[in-house]
Amino acid sequence: MKYEEFGDNESLELLKDTGSNILLTTIDDVINWGRKNSLWPLTFATSCCGIEMMQTGAPRHDFSRFGMEVYRASPRQADVIVVAGTIVNKMAPVLKRLYDQMSEPKYVVAMGACAISGGPFFLNSYCVVKGVDHVIPVDVYVPGCPPRPEALLYGMLQLQRMIETETIKSRKLRSASHNSK
Amino acid sequence: MDIQVKELIADEKQEYIINMGPQHPSTHGVLRLVVSLQGEIVKNIEPHIGYIHRGIEKMCESITYPQIIHLTDRMDYLSAHINNEAVCLTVEKALEVDITDRIKVIRTIMSELTRIQSHQLFWASYGMDLGGQTCFFYGLRDREKILDIFEETCGGRMLVSYNCPGGLMYDIHPNFQQRVKDFIKYFRKALPEYDTILTGNVIFRERSIGIGPLTLKDAVSYGVTGPSGRASGFSCDVRKHEPYSAYDRVNFNEVIYNEGDTYHRYLARIEEMRESMNIIEQLIDNIPEGSYAIKMKPIIKLPEGEYFQRVETARGELDVFIISDGNKNPFRLKFRSPNFVNLGVLNHISKGFKIADLVAIAGSLDFVIPDIDR
Repeated sequence: MKYEEFGDNESLELLKDTGSNILLTTIDDVINWGRKNSLWPLTFATSCCGIEMMQTGAPRHDFSRFGMEVYRASPRQADVIVVAGTIVNKMAPVLKRLYDQMSEPKYVVAMGACAISGGPFFLNSYCVVKGVDHVIPVDVYVPGCPPRPEALLYGMLQLQRMIETETIKSRKLRSASHNSK
Repeated sequence: MDIQVKELIADEKQEYIINMGPQHPSTHGVLRLVVSLQGEIVKNIEPHIGYIHRGIEKMCESITYPQIIHLTDRMDYLSAHINNEAVCLTVEKALEVDITDRIKVIRTIMSELTRIQSHQLFWASYGMDLGGQTCFFYGLRDREKILDIFEETCGGRMLVSYNCPGGLMYDIHPNFQQRVKDFIKYFRKALPEYDTILTGNVIFRERSIGIGPLTLKDAVSYGVTGPSGRASGFSCDVRKHEPYSAYDRVNFNEVIYNEGDTYHRYLARIEEMRESMNIIEQLIDNIPEGSYAIKMKPIIKLPEGEYFQRVETARGELDVFIISDGNKNPFRLKFRSPNFVNLGVLNHISKGFKIADLVAIAGSLDFVIPDIDR
């Protein structure tokens, strides 16, 4: 992704400028380069968005161009959990446990209207979690019902962009704030 | 010595219980199976459902009929168009609306395209369940082509919401006929590839022939419908027995096998893709002229009474039952979803087989979990 296309360049610059010396920045750059190009998603799909996630991995859109093709069945090996689909009250504790089982650094992408806010089930439903961010901290939201594969790819590229800006310091702060949630 | 032998016997009798799911790649969603094992042999399966229960039936009681269509998309999302059609047909039946031939034919073509893309995904994921990663790529490659056709006409890729009570949302795209013809031409050549890759594969045949047999008697008593039921010899195709839309004017065979094992459930779906292509070919060249939607009242109110409609989705028989009290929203709406009923037979046919076969058997019943829970 080009620099100009990234929506929030100011905070990107601010993050890059503050709080680290040359040595640490260089190490961070190397680590971040490795991390962002090998994001392994967890095979986690509750409903329709899961099919679009499969389509994203399929030949036309091809996740693997960006180093994300290795779907892991176990949360212990996964880096990113793409919450694809509705989360209901019975599923919420399971999702929380899956998130807790993942090892740091871990990222969450909320894919589709249901994961963002409850979507079509926001009104009148008695058992849908109104947004997955009530359960686990979310990094990237991908709107749509279901989002097109291109939209998911764009969301994942934004996540890569976010990882690029991380420093050792910010990572520690981030995980501390997430764990206290 | 005696004690040791006794302990061994006790161990053999002991049942070992494992949880499969809710997060498990081969349950195709969030189904949880509590499996009792003796060694490697499956003794009992207890499915736990409700991990994706969104209360769609209850939600339907508080929204209007045109709104219900959009919720039915999200039940069995691989037969989205057919689910929409079921509700539309029920509402049209209740209001005694005569829809034009054009609507009927377009609906039938779209339904059959939906069925093909659903079976393509079944083939892709079933191959992957049994260890053939290649199937995933071939199946989804061809599925994209159907999604393109949908996108051009309906605006949506998967959840099309193309139907509305009284007709269709929009007319078909000018390219529609040509693109469907191109697709059929392409897929007639691509389908033999599927057979080469998976159907004739020795490992696949070893793992599927004779596994999880379901007799005709059991299929009828458990109410297993769709390709899974027809593989056991149960003639249950609603398109044949109670034709709706334009199915009464096309010639097609009901795919029936008598063996009822995993392999034939798989084969029934492959053959159905061929039959669907035959149906589309008969209709695509002569879509009648006419209006694509009948003008309905802005607020649709069904007269008091009970209404019922059966349709054949890609997984079996979907029934819609509406009780109306004369208001703009139904008093009660019940979906008889094929997956929920098909799930019931899983315990019966997997008993006595190995745990590894359970993946093959559950895969061949082709579950869509949000349709089970609704």
